[in-house]
Amino acid sequence: MSDYNFAYLDEQTKRMIRRAILKGLAVPGYQVPFASREMPMPYGWGTGGVQVSAATLTPDDTLKVIDQGADDTTNAVSIRKFFEKTAGVETTEETEKASVIQTRHRIPEAELTEDQILVYQVPIPEPLRFLEPRETETRKMHALQEYGLMHVKLYEDISQHGAIATAYAYPVKVEGRYVMDPSPIPKFDNPKMEMAAIQLFGAGREQRIYAVPPYTQVVSLDFEDYPFEASKAEHACDLCGSEHSYLDEVILDDAGNRMFVCSDTDYCRSRREAGHSGRLSEEAA
Amino acid sequence: MYVAVKGGERAIENAHAWLAEERRGDKNVSELSLAQIREQLSLAVNRVMAEGSLYDPDLAALAIKQSRGDLIEAIFLIRAYRTTLPRFGCSQAVKTGDMACDRRISATFKDAPGGQVLGPTFDYTHRLLDFKLAAEGEVPDAPVAKPRKEATPHITEFLQGEDIIEREPSSDAVPGDLTREPMSYPADRAVRLQSLTRGDEGFILGMAYSTQRGYARNHAFVGELRIGTVPVEMEIPELGFAIEIGEVELTECETVNQFKGSKTVPPQFTRGYGLVFGQSERKSIAMALVDRALRWEELGEDNLGAPAQDEEFVLSHADNIQATGFLEHIKLPHYVDFQSELELVRKLRREAAELSETLAAREAAQ
Repeated sequence: MSDYNFAYLDEQTKRMIRRAILKGLAVPGYQVPFASREMPMPYGWGTGGVQVSAATLTPDDTLKVIDQGADDTTNAVSIRKFFEKTAGVETTEETEKASVIQTRHRIPEAELTEDQILVYQVPIPEPLRFLEPRETETRKMHALQEYGLMHVKLYEDISQHGAIATAYAYPVKVEGRYVMDPSPIPKFDNPKMEMAAIQLFGAGREQRIYAVPPYTQVVSLDFEDYPFEASKAEHACDLCGSEHSYLDEVILDDAGNRMFVCSDTDYCRSRREAGHSGRLSEEAA
Repeated sequence: MYVAVKGGERAIENAHAWLAEERRGDKNVSELSLAQIREQLSLAVNRVMAEGSLYDPDLAALAIKQSRGDLIEAIFLIRAYRTTLPRFGCSQAVKTGDMACDRRISATFKDAPGGQVLGPTFDYTHRLLDFKLAAEGEVPDAPVAKPRKEATPHITEFLQGEDIIEREPSSDAVPGDLTREPMSYPADRAVRLQSLTRGDEGFILGMAYSTQRGYARNHAFVGELRIGTVPVEMEIPELGFAIEIGEVELTECETVNQFKGSKTVPPQFTRGYGLVFGQSERKSIAMALVDRALRWEELGEDNLGAPAQDEEFVLSHADNIQATGFLEHIKLPHYVDFQSELELVRKLRREAAELSETLAAREAAQ
C-alpha cells in the first residue's frame, strides 16, 4: 500500500486533473483536454474515470464502482480493488452510502444527493465524432455552436426509421450551450442527468474531461413533433417487481425463455430486502 | 441462472493464477532469466524500450517475460511503469554525429569518410533456418577491427556543404512532451517525431510503405543509417554545466528526398528523420518516410489526400497501447447498451410490421 501515493497518482498529476475538472465544472459540457496518464489498466477499461476518481477521492470518501449498473461485474470488481489497494478508502455497494460513485454505462436508480459525485467512464467524449472524425473540425463546430449536422442526423433517422435510432449515448445539450455525449448510458438514464450530485466525465485515451454541475439543465436533443422518449423493456423486474428500473434481459434456457432483472443490482437488492418481489423471485433466490 | 454473473472477484483471482501458470509453461523446462532475454532477444527488448519510451533493457526484459512474449503487452507494462516516474528535467540533445557506430551505411554515396560499416545486420543473410541453433553450441568469436577514433560525420553534412539540401533550423527551446501535454493538432515537428518514435512499428511501417506505393509518393534515399551508442548529457542546475549521465543505443535514419522547389526556394533535397531507441532499423527508416510525408504543408507540397499526409490520422492512431486498449475493450460487458438496441430494433420492427399490415388492409379494402 505504501508503494503508491494515495490513490495511485502523484500529487502533481492530481492537481493537473483537478484543474481540468474545475474548468469543466465552470464550462458545463465543454471537453477540457488533459494530459491523461498511462494507467495500470488498459485504455478502454475506464482509465479516464479512474484518473478522475483518483483526483477526486479523499481518505474519508466511500467509493462505489458499478459497470452496467452492477457492483459485481468483473471490471467493477477490478477497479474497486484497485482503489482499495492504492487508496485504502472504504468501499460500498449501497448507492446511498457512497460519496464517490464511478460508473460505466449506467446512472444508479436511486436519486443522488448533493453530497455525492458521479464519475463516468467515457470511451468517445465527442458527440460529433461519428459525424465528423476530425478533432480539428469538431472543436470548431463546438466553438461556433454549429450543431446542425447533429439535427440532420436525427432527422434522417426519423425519415428512414420513423424514430430517432439512437438507444444509448443519446446526445444532450447542457445549459443551452454545449452538445455533450452522456457516455454510453441507455437513453432511459438521460432524464436523471439533471441531478443534485456533481457529474464528472473522464475519457483517458482521448484525453478529455468534462462535467455537469449540480442542478444543471440537461436536455436530450429532439424535435417538437418527435419528442425524446426514455425507453426501457416493457416488463417489470422478475426479482423485485420494479416497473421503473432499467432492465437486463437474461436468456434462461435453450427454448429462449428469458427473464428481466434490474441492471442496478443494489437497487434490486434493497427492494427485495424491503419485501418486494417479482415473477421469478423464489426460483432465482 | 442469474447467479452466474456473480462471483467476479473469485473469477478474476482464478484467471490470474492460471495465467501465471501458463506463463511459466512446462516446469520441466528451465525458466528464462532476464539476462537471457536481454542478451538473446535484444531486438525484442529494443522494440519494447522504443515503444515503451523508457530506456532500460532489464525492465524491458522483465516486461517481455511477464507478458509471455506479447510485445504490445510488454510495452504496456513499461508505459504503466514509466508514467509513475518523476520527470526531473530533459537532457541536452544527443549528438548523433559523435555516435560510436556499430553500423553505418549510406545508400547515396558509394563511399564517404567513416566508410560503409555493415555491422551486425540480417541484410545479407540467407533466410534459411539454422538447425545448428536447435542444438546447443557456442558461437565462434567474430573478427574484430580497431574502432575508429574520430567521429563519423553525417552524410547530409556533405550535401549541406553544397547547400543542395535544406538546412534544419536549430533551436534550444525545450521540446514539448506528449506524455505531459495533451496532443493537439496541428502538432509541431518535435511532438510529431515523439509520437512516431513511440508509435507502433507495424503501423508506422504500413504508413511508410503506403508512401512508397504511391499514396503521397516522395521517393526517399537512405542518406544514412547509423546504429551505435551516444552519451546522454544533462545540465545540472546546481553545477551550472552538463555532465554525462549515461549512454543509450540509438538507430538514426536520415532520408534524402526530392523537392522541386517553390516560388521562394530553389530546387533542393529535403529530409525525413527517424530516431529510435536501440537497434531498430526498420522502425527508424519507416519513421523517416512518414516524417517526410507529414511535412507536405511546410514544404508547400500538394495535399494528395493520402493517409500518410494526414497528421491527425497518423498521430492519433499510431499508439498501440491506445489502439489495443480501445480495440479490446469491446469484449467487456456491453449488455446495457445492447439491451437498449434490442428494444429499439424490436420497436422499429413492430412499427414496420404494423405499417405494412395497414397498407395491406387498405389495399384489400380497395
